[in-house]
Amino acid sequence: MSSIPYIVEERPDTGLNNSKLGVWIFLASEVMLFGGLFSAYVFLRLAAPEGDFDYWGAKLNVPMATFNTMLLITSSVTMVMSWASLKLKQFDKYKMYLGITILCALGFLFVKYFEYTGKFHHGIYPSSSTFMGIYFTLTGLHVLHIIGGLVVLIYLWTRQADKMWEENPDLLANRIEVTGLYWHFVDLVWIFLFPILYLL
Amino acid sequence: MDIFIPNIVLTLGQIMSNNSDHSIEHHIQTYIRVFIALGVLTVITVAVSYLEVSFIEAFFLAITIASIKGSLVLGFFMHLISERAAIIWILVATTVAFIILMFIPLISLTDSTGMY
Repeated sequence: MSSIPYIVEERPDTGLNNSKLGVWIFLASEVMLFGGLFSAYVFLRLAAPEGDFDYWGAKLNVPMATFNTMLLITSSVTMVMSWASLKLKQFDKYKMYLGITILCALGFLFVKYFEYTGKFHHGIYPSSSTFMGIYFTLTGLHVLHIIGGLVVLIYLWTRQADKMWEENPDLLANRIEVTGLYWHFVDLVWIFLFPILYLL
Repeated sequence: MDIFIPNIVLTLGQIMSNNSDHSIEHHIQTYIRVFIALGVLTVITVAVSYLEVSFIEAFFLAITIASIKGSLVLGFFMHLISERAAIIWILVATTVAFIILMFIPLISLTDSTGMY
């Protein structure tokens, strides 16, 4: 069976492997996806009655969101440390750092679950106001990205990773690198969502 | 076409693109420093939100701090400071498109619906 070329080794013309180039192009499209929604946020805020966004924004839980920001930052550093561990051929440390990344992602979802259910409990839904509509859309899309990333992270933490490490360690390191790019992007989106939705 | 990049960034980029064991250990120290910086900047973001300033000033402060944090993640965790030109150009094109997208709402200011 022939394998896909240049998924680990660099292509001579781009100087990159196709996996990394593909993920960066995907992330560029993601910037436009979230960019469209950020643009919608600006549009809605400009058109909203004065004080409307402040009133509804004050109903969000800043300490919970700050804690979630710290969780995502921690998961980003442990993600990159897991890649560095593979480069240093320390597979046990790789598993430990990736395990912490997975726990941070689960923690983020856990906190978000309490945030959402707290809102629903108080009768606040996406239909309650324009602010809540864009809040649930932006954070909901972000949560979907977290869940998607989490599925890949768990896969790369299972016995499949052990097998890949034995058979082709460079391939595993490459997969962790491109998964990391995606994960850092998810962190990057949250870095902007946090102040715009919770603090302004 | 070459992009102008300051020497200090080039030097950091050369260190980051070198994947020898010694270099990776150097990376790890950098990651920890960036992690601490991100944590401190998060605390600052929350702290400045309590300042009694106008919305425009608060918006400018929040976006400036978020941009610094974003640059740290992009530059060091995503290794952009040592990345190939192909990726830099993809991101330059994306940034231009993103800026255009962010300014599209301004077109609404020329909308005369409801003015008659």
